[in-house]
Amino acid sequence: MRRRTDVLTTLFFFVIVVSLFPLGVGTEKQVLRMLGPGVVWVAALLASMLALERLFAADHEDGTLEQMLLTPQPLSVLVLAKVVAHWLLTGLPLVLIAPLIALQYHLPEPARMAMMLSLLVGTPILSLVGAIGAALTLGLRGGGVLLSLLILPLYIPVLVYGAGAVTVSTIDFADTRPYFSLLGAFLLLALIFAPLTTAAALRISIE
Amino acid sequence: MKLFRFSSPAIFYPLAGKMIPWFAALAAATILVGLFWAFFETPDRLGGTNPQKEYYRIIFIHVPAAWLSMWIYLVVAAYCAIGLAFNTRLSFMMANAAAPTGAIFTFLALWTGAFWGRTSWGTWWDWDPRLTSELILLFLYIGYIALHSAIDDQRRADRASALLAIVGLVMIPIIFWSINCPDPNECAALHQRSDMSNMEPNILSSMLIVTFGFWMYSFVAIFMRLRGIILSREADTTWVKELVAKEQGQ
Repeated sequence: MRRRTDVLTTLFFFVIVVSLFPLGVGTEKQVLRMLGPGVVWVAALLASMLALERLFAADHEDGTLEQMLLTPQPLSVLVLAKVVAHWLLTGLPLVLIAPLIALQYHLPEPARMAMMLSLLVGTPILSLVGAIGAALTLGLRGGGVLLSLLILPLYIPVLVYGAGAVTVSTIDFADTRPYFSLLGAFLLLALIFAPLTTAAALRISIE
Repeated sequence: MKLFRFSSPAIFYPLAGKMIPWFAALAAATILVGLFWAFFETPDRLGGTNPQKEYYRIIFIHVPAAWLSMWIYLVVAAYCAIGLAFNTRLSFMMANAAAPTGAIFTFLALWTGAFWGRTSWGTWWDWDPRLTSELILLFLYIGYIALHSAIDDQRRADRASALLAIVGLVMIPIIFWSINCPDPNECAALHQRSDMSNMEPNILSSMLIVTFGFWMYSFVAIFMRLRGIILSREADTTWVKELVAKEQGQ
C-alpha cells in the first residue's frame, strides 16, 4: 500500500461493480431497492478480496516480512497493525462512499445510515478473516483467484447479517439491533482469533 | 507410544494394502443388502396425508451420502490437527486422501437431492438452509483441495491446507447458523423437519445399513488413494525402492 492507486482501485472497483448492476437488472426503483443491500454487500466482499492480495505481498517481496518474523514483538500484534492499516486504506473508503451508493439505489434515509454502519462494523471482519487467506496464499501463482476460493465461503455470515441489517432498516431502524449485535460479536471474535491464525499461517508460508 | 508405530508410511503402506480387500468386501455386501432391503422390504409410500411415492427411495443414497460428506470433513480436519500438533507426515497424507472422497459424497448428496427436489418440490434447486449448507461444504472441500494443489513445496502445502481445514471447521457452525437464521429473531424455514424416531423401522434400518456400506467404501477409496500418495511422496526412500525392485523382480 505504498501507491495512491492501491487505495483508488479498490474504491472505484466497488463503485463500478455497484453501478453496473442497474444496467444489468434494469433501473426500476422497486427492483433496485430490493437488490441494493445485497448487491452493495457482495461488491464490498469482492473489493475487500481484491485488496487483500496486496496485504503481505510487497513486504514478502522485499524481505520485510522475514524481518517482522524475527522481531521480539509477537507476530500477531504486528499482523493486527498491518490489517488495521490495510482496512483504513481499503475498507474505510467503502464506508464513506456508502451513502452515495445508497442514493443510486433509491434507499430511504434510515437504510443509508444502516448501510454505513453495517459496512463500518463488517468490513474490518472481512479484512481480518481475509488476512488468514492472504497469508496462506502468500507468493503463490494465481494467488488472487485462489484466495477468493478459500475466503469467500468464510465471508457468508458477514454478508447475511450485513445485508440483512440494511434490508430490515428500510422497514424499521429499531429492528436492526440484533443484526448489529451479531456483527459486533463477529468483529470481537475476529479481532481475537484472526491475528493469531494469520501469524501461524505466515510462519507456515515463510519458514 | 505404540500407536505412533502406524504413523510411519513404510509400516502403514502394506497394512492398508491388506485391509483394502476386507473393507471392499464389507462395503459391497452391506450396500447390496441395504439397497435390496431398501427396494423390496420398505413401504411404497412415505408420510401421511400427502404421501411421497416411489421417488422417496432416493433417500437411501441421498442421506448416507450427506451424512458421510459431513463426517469426512470432520475426519479431514481431525487428521490436519493431528498433523500440525505431532508433525506426522502420514496424517497429512490421510487428510489429503480423504478430501476428494468427501467432496464426491457432497456432490452426490446435492445431485440426488436435486432429483428428489424436482419430483417432490417441483424444482431442481431451492435455497433451503440444508441445501445451501451442503453447497457451502462443497466449497470448503474445493478450497482445501485447491490450496493444497497450488503449493509446490510439500511441507508448506500440507501445513497451509491443514490450517485452512481447521479454520473452516471452526467457521462451519457460524456459517450454517447464519444460513439457517438469516433473521436473528426467528430461525429455519426448512422444507421438511427430520425426525428419526418417527421413521418406519424398515426404512431407517436399510438407510443405516447403506450408510455403513458407504462408510466402508470410503475406507477402500481413501486407502487406495493414500497408497498412491505414499508411493509418490516417499519415492526417494529406500523402502519404496526395495518395494519397486521386488515388484519388478517378480
